[in-house]
Amino acid sequence: MLKIDRVSKSFNVRPTGKKSAPAPGRMTVLDDINFEVGEGEFVSLLGASGCGKTTLLRIVAGLIRPDLGDVSLADSRIEAPRKDMCMVFQNFGLLPWRSVMDNVAFPLELDGVSRPEREEVAGHYIGIVGLKGFERHYPHELSGGMQQRVGIARALTRKPLVLLMDEPFGALDAQTREALQDDFMQIWKELKTTIVFVTHAIDEAIVLSDRIVVFSARPGRVERIMPSVVAQDRLARDVRARPDFALQVHEIRSLLRQQGNAA
Amino acid sequence: MSKSTLDDAVAPVERHPWLAWWRQRPNLIRIISVTAFLLWWEYVGRGMNPLFMSYPTAIFKAGWAMTASGELPAALVASMVPFSIGLVLSIVGGIALGILLGQFWLLEYMLDPFLNALYVIPRVALIPLIVLWAGLELTGKVVIVTLVAIFPVIVNTYSGIKDVRGSLMEIGKAYGATEFQNFTKIILPAAVPYIMAGVRLSVGLAIIGIIVAEFFTAMTGLGGIIVVYANNFATAKLFVPIIVIGVLGIALSQIVAAIERNLSRWRVSERDRF
Repeated sequence: MLKIDRVSKSFNVRPTGKKSAPAPGRMTVLDDINFEVGEGEFVSLLGASGCGKTTLLRIVAGLIRPDLGDVSLADSRIEAPRKDMCMVFQNFGLLPWRSVMDNVAFPLELDGVSRPEREEVAGHYIGIVGLKGFERHYPHELSGGMQQRVGIARALTRKPLVLLMDEPFGALDAQTREALQDDFMQIWKELKTTIVFVTHAIDEAIVLSDRIVVFSARPGRVERIMPSVVAQDRLARDVRARPDFALQVHEIRSLLRQQGNAA
Repeated sequence: MSKSTLDDAVAPVERHPWLAWWRQRPNLIRIISVTAFLLWWEYVGRGMNPLFMSYPTAIFKAGWAMTASGELPAALVASMVPFSIGLVLSIVGGIALGILLGQFWLLEYMLDPFLNALYVIPRVALIPLIVLWAGLELTGKVVIVTLVAIFPVIVNTYSGIKDVRGSLMEIGKAYGATEFQNFTKIILPAAVPYIMAGVRLSVGLAIIGIIVAEFFTAMTGLGGIIVVYANNFATAKLFVPIIVIGVLGIALSQIVAAIERNLSRWRVSERDRF
């Protein structure tokens, strides 16, 4: 359904004077990326920081254009942000002056949906993410985990075909992250939306996705695409303790480490 | 997290229990301090030449007489009319100009040399010109008040709009907001705390503006009374408008601060977070 076809992207790097900065000139962040995401599939983009996975997600979202190649959804090319693809941000991306209700209803407000109607829809999704009773709270009154639940509810209000998630649990502590991963899987089980999920956490990619796209860094290339070994069972029980889960974590870790040595 | 636990954690432990008792009662300390000052002023003032110095009870008597005769209320109204018009023009015009400068680069580059020039020239230096063009009456006074008070509103609105974080802008972009929606639903609300800080500064400057205007144009209002009684060495009466201006200033800035707190609540509490 979602097709990433020969996508390449490079940025100009200006001299900054910092020693750690990459050399000035043209830096290729994505080099000839090809893969497809099927309808209802959960695909993770996994790689070290700087491998271009977030850049690819922003290209898929229509926020930036690729230098070469195309991204298309159901055979129509993506050139600007589309209303049937919604984004969940790494730092939650909430508007701090809006209540939970008004943040979740924000996309529908942009669409011109009347207040009672959009509050009904928003209220429904606030309930789904487990924040019933917090409608009138402001983001600063919520914990990080609760703020990201707001971010997820907001992305769901438009009933998108594709949910784009940019390291959504990356800013949370380990326990909150696992709780949110489990709750999110329950939500996904009901909705079965197509998901493109960016992460740098190997275990997170395996626990959540059907397939994992492993990136190599600088320039970003698709190193390997592999199915999650626990994909069949992940909705039913906690799979983190299974031996084949640990094996796959190890496999991906050595894959990523090899590139680290090569670079 | 409740505010009180936070305060308890931050407040240092006092060595002496009586110091801790006083620390809990800031208003009591303020009242005692002001009363002591008034008593000292009364005592010293009575011993001084009434041409140069007055004392609280004499000032209060003078104020009472000026109120009863209608002189003080009339002066207050005479000052408040140009003050209010000038302040409203400063706030409305300043926000509008700040938005235009912040949103349209062509306007920004065309107008900022003039604004910078006006900003560095003391506005008092322009008063003779303003009088020449706008006259000594209401129009002239309104122009002076506006010129003095409009700048912080323009500058703060402008920087509020320019400082909106890229991450906030990206939310609108990702969710397909139009240019107009982006402005009304993201840029403007994000700039409100800046704009209100500008309005608070503007109120203080407008008070200065009206008094200066009354000194240099037709001598009316509170500023006019000050000049008249200073020339007559009626020192007790001279203090009355000064005190009225002080009370007015405190009242207005309290009102603006309350509105500011209300509109910027999300920002204040963001600052309080650890």
